[in-house]
Amino acid sequence: MESSLLTSATAAELINLLKGGSVSSVEITQAFIQRIQAVDQKVHAFLHLDEEDMINQAKSSDQRRAQGKSFGQLDGIPVGLKDVISAEGQPLTAASKILENYISPYDATVTRKLKEAGAVIGGRLNLDEFAMGSSTENSAYGPTRNPWNLDCVPGGSSGGSSAAVAAREIPLSLGSDTGGSIRQPASLCGVVGMKPTYGMVSRYGLAAFASSLDQIGPFAQTVEDAALLLEIISGHDPLDSTSYPSNVPSYSNELKVPLEPCKLGLPQEFFGEGMDEEVRKSIDLVIEFYKSKGFEMIELSLPTTDLSIPVYYVIATAEASSNLARYDGIRYTSRSERATNAIDVYAKSRGEGFGEEVKRRCILGAYALSSGYYDAYYLRAQKTRTLIRKDFDQAFKQVDAILTPTSPTPAFKFGDKSEDPISMYLSDIYTISTNLAGLPGISVPCGFSQSGLPIGMQLIGQALNESKLLSIAHVYDQEHKYGRKAPSL
Amino acid sequence: MSEEKCVDIDYVSNLARIELSSQERNKFQSQLGEVLKYFEKLQKVDVEGVEPTAHAFPRFNVWDQDEVQPGLSAEQALQNAPKQRSQQVVVPKVVEE
Repeated sequence: MESSLLTSATAAELINLLKGGSVSSVEITQAFIQRIQAVDQKVHAFLHLDEEDMINQAKSSDQRRAQGKSFGQLDGIPVGLKDVISAEGQPLTAASKILENYISPYDATVTRKLKEAGAVIGGRLNLDEFAMGSSTENSAYGPTRNPWNLDCVPGGSSGGSSAAVAAREIPLSLGSDTGGSIRQPASLCGVVGMKPTYGMVSRYGLAAFASSLDQIGPFAQTVEDAALLLEIISGHDPLDSTSYPSNVPSYSNELKVPLEPCKLGLPQEFFGEGMDEEVRKSIDLVIEFYKSKGFEMIELSLPTTDLSIPVYYVIATAEASSNLARYDGIRYTSRSERATNAIDVYAKSRGEGFGEEVKRRCILGAYALSSGYYDAYYLRAQKTRTLIRKDFDQAFKQVDAILTPTSPTPAFKFGDKSEDPISMYLSDIYTISTNLAGLPGISVPCGFSQSGLPIGMQLIGQALNESKLLSIAHVYDQEHKYGRKAPSL
Repeated sequence: MSEEKCVDIDYVSNLARIELSSQERNKFQSQLGEVLKYFEKLQKVDVEGVEPTAHAFPRFNVWDQDEVQPGLSAEQALQNAPKQRSQQVVVPKVVEE
């Protein structure tokens, strides 16, 4: 089979091809490796690719299949990992110089689950250093480029994960989302990206940024593929004490059950100033579509929306400054050659190893936690976070999901926001409150701007009800399939 | 709080154990001031009597059985250490003579 047919296929289609015996996992894996070799010089989604290891995994998958012993649906399908998710024996840089030589000694729980499902773990994907950013411009190894326009950012922080799926370099990938880091790059690259409910997916083996907000989630061309990947990585994990003890349904099977039209909320605060006109028009069409399917649209208010960014940046930087204390030049990070005493080892190694945004956030977080400021910043932010959660609780008494754009604008150009932290922070305005409330959110491609850049819509669901959220998203996605359109590279 | 917008960047970068170049120091000084000004919004919120949220879905008392579980070997645990000797991490001297 022609390799471009394989790389443009969805995971669901590849699964059928494997089942039908018309193609092997080795052929699929080789096709994606060739694609990466052909286009990644332009896109730079990958920080590392262990081709031999991928082919070996694919061979094992084909052997299992030949013996009728396949592990599961994803057996033989390549999945890329954001370079903050541990895979034993593979590098994990978090796009930081400080972890340049780090090799993971163990698997993250999501990696173990993927291996148990037979997936071919393929490649380490670029990001903003330690997942701090919205454009991948903060990667110490150079930015990823948007496959739809190489002068534009792919979004971030999981920009490598979104660009690789958009560029058809990998059928599925995982990212992490602390304030929009899956959904915003999915929107900017024209693919599906989902952040599950906080606690649905184990964070064990994920390099932590802000522990009370971080969640791992899938990228794919379609909602159906995202559901396939999510059901494999979800579930309680004793190694993550914040993981939620709940049963994981087969999300992909539940998509096959027809959905009764339900109620979608439109928060007025999200539709105010700052939204690009083309984004607004696309979302209006989405609203019309759902209405035509019998869904009821209910305008509602989330009055604390404008507080979500300051609350987020206090909490996320405070938690980051604490989490990143582990990169100390002592145990597993590079150590400054100039260090002569113990304090020097910390300060010089971190000064040399961290990039600008990481330093800025660690310092801001240390300030917010420092003596005399803790009550005014961190504690006050946590209390305001309670008000944000309560807003959503109120909203979900009226509606089944909330519909918004994912990002106020399509992809922006390199350098547009990189010198102005606040303007960069504002690009996460529609995604951040979901993390603060711990809710699941999904970005689904819903059109293109006149200049050919993708636009995404976001659906926010009720906690622990990813099934319903995926089903609502699938109603739109299966009829529009914007994520199936590929950029020409 | 508003008179406090000027961050003592040397004090805080020392707390964070991050050495800054003089260029970074000057840049952060003004940028962090801007960000803190933006944070001022929070001072106007009425949070009287509101409980803080540490996690979206608080879970308490997650216990494990006190049993030995397989873990990393010393070699594996130390494989990324920048300096080591005899299965121990080597650091500069931390106690005075």
